[in-house]
Amino acid sequence: MNRTIPVLSAILLVVLVAVASRPQDKKAAAGTPDAAVRSFFEQVKNRNWSSAYSYVSPSSNTDQASIQRELGGKDGSLRTYSTLQEVQTKVLHENDAEALVRANLQWSTAVGASNSSRDVKVVREDGSWKVYWPSEKQQNLPPQVIPVNYLRWDIIRRGPEEDWGAQNVEAPKVRIISMNAIERDGRTIVMGEIVNEDTVPGFVSVGATLLGADNKTLGEESSFDKISHVLLPKEVSPFRIDFPGVKLADVKNVRMTPNSLLVPASADPVIGVLNQRIEKDARGHSMLRGELINQSGQTVNIPHVLATYYDNSGKVIWVADAYVDRALVPQTPVPFTADLREDVAGNVQNYRVTVNHYSLDKGGL
Amino acid sequence: MIARNSVGAGVLARAVMGLTLLSGFAFAADLKAPKQATAGESITITAADSGHLLLFGPGGATKRKVSAGDVQIPGEDVRAAGRYMAILDDASAEFYVVAAKPSTVNFLARPSRVPVSRPDAISGVAFVFDEFQNLFLKPAPVKFDLSVKENAPATRTVESKNGIAFTRLPSASKEGAAQFVASVAGGTPVRRVVQQVASDACDLRMKAQKTDKSIIVETDPIKDCSGNAVPDGTIVTFIEVTDKGRSTVDARIKRGTARAELPLSSNGTISVASGVVTGNELHLGGGQ
Repeated sequence: MNRTIPVLSAILLVVLVAVASRPQDKKAAAGTPDAAVRSFFEQVKNRNWSSAYSYVSPSSNTDQASIQRELGGKDGSLRTYSTLQEVQTKVLHENDAEALVRANLQWSTAVGASNSSRDVKVVREDGSWKVYWPSEKQQNLPPQVIPVNYLRWDIIRRGPEEDWGAQNVEAPKVRIISMNAIERDGRTIVMGEIVNEDTVPGFVSVGATLLGADNKTLGEESSFDKISHVLLPKEVSPFRIDFPGVKLADVKNVRMTPNSLLVPASADPVIGVLNQRIEKDARGHSMLRGELINQSGQTVNIPHVLATYYDNSGKVIWVADAYVDRALVPQTPVPFTADLREDVAGNVQNYRVTVNHYSLDKGGL
Repeated sequence: MIARNSVGAGVLARAVMGLTLLSGFAFAADLKAPKQATAGESITITAADSGHLLLFGPGGATKRKVSAGDVQIPGEDVRAAGRYMAILDDASAEFYVVAAKPSTVNFLARPSRVPVSRPDAISGVAFVFDEFQNLFLKPAPVKFDLSVKENAPATRTVESKNGIAFTRLPSASKEGAAQFVASVAGGTPVRRVVQQVASDACDLRMKAQKTDKSIIVETDPIKDCSGNAVPDGTIVTFIEVTDKGRSTVDARIKRGTARAELPLSSNGTISVASGVVTGNELHLGGGQ
């Protein structure tokens, strides 16, 4: 008896190890469309690409590497710094042969949570449900040399040997050209636009102080990522500053402080924003959509879209932003989507989209 | 009792000193010094006794052994302007050293960069000093010259007050590095550079050309209202509005013009802007 227990334990251990180390089932089976989609994204979440691919229907005509590139990211894009956090599914319709499942995905990214929604087609093959995931056809540029001869601004500052009266190069002159304060979701929001009026680039930020009765300070904040910080000459950027927990009715005055620093900068890259339009998504939410195209020769790793919305009098009524999880490779359009609040959408008469860009080798410049 | 006597003697000495200052000389007991001297010029102090003469001033203190009679204080001991005190034993004398003639200016020019054709946009402040770096407090004419390239300089002469002369000048209509010079008669001029840059774009115009895949838009050479070329790198925004949506490109001026590629469309409008300046509008499929 004393020997039996260790022997049985050893056999059990060997069996468990054998089960755990057996090759993955190349033909994973899902009993329902919902289970197929959930299992697929569960493997994406674990970055187990071969297992995720096992839930994909061969009729998708795609390969594992394409799925990995699309859902795991490439070219140093935001997706490469993201993890799928949560998946919620809902079967929209289903019959014996196929089904449509809406997957609401929440990604945890380097710049915060990112939500997306995708309607996934699921097909029944050999008695089990498989995800139909057609590969994104991405145009590949032929190898070529793209000549770039844009300006770059460098700075020589005054040296210690100069006499005390010698002037330094001054920071660029910036001006706030519009400003509006509203209250939404229990917070006061100050937004507007700022222009670099100078002939040199600047690193710009906008600070705001809310003053209440008796000039008491209610809050002091500055623009963070809802602004283009590097402004080239005559470039206009929106800005938005949120004051959580402050009621607009309590605000008697707003003190704005635009700041600028002279910084080295490059006029490259140029990013076009094409076919911008406001439309409803599958859930009936208003969205601003369009495509970004990098007209230069260098990859932009993380594009950041800033949208400014105006009413019919030209007043800025909302500023929103969205990060694009795909890198902008040269000359290749990439779609973007930015949420638009429903309470704002009805008043939007005009809008403007600008793009911040972050490149791994150049930081934000 | 002793203290009271000392106070009384001090009051008496100050009263005597005040009277002597009125008459042009300061002396206390047995020291005589001129009421005023000029920085860097030697002075004579008359001592009644021999001993050690101490001289305290704003620039330091000296000690020398002197004999009764006239004592020559060399100019290098009285270079710093201000109040001096000579002490010989229990005698003392005060005198004041004023700045020598103006010879240099310290010059602050602002801003370092200014758009053309702006009234009173450039300011210059000159601090007038003598050769020993004493602020020259008496009125002195300071000449300000502002010139760009080969154009005639704008000149203004301002009399300093309490050592400071201040002026404002308009920026010229032509861009370039302006030489802003301040000088005093007989002194070394001091030069600053004020970069005069093009102002906002004026009469911004573009033209468009359709290709197989896109519409190429390009501006005419972009200049300000004085005819100066707006610098390369300046942002020019092209906006195309069609039934497919709106497309925008923030192009940069390169070699004087801005150029962009917009999606192909057979109808809609294209507009152009730079900063807060808007340009012409083109109608696709219409007249232009």
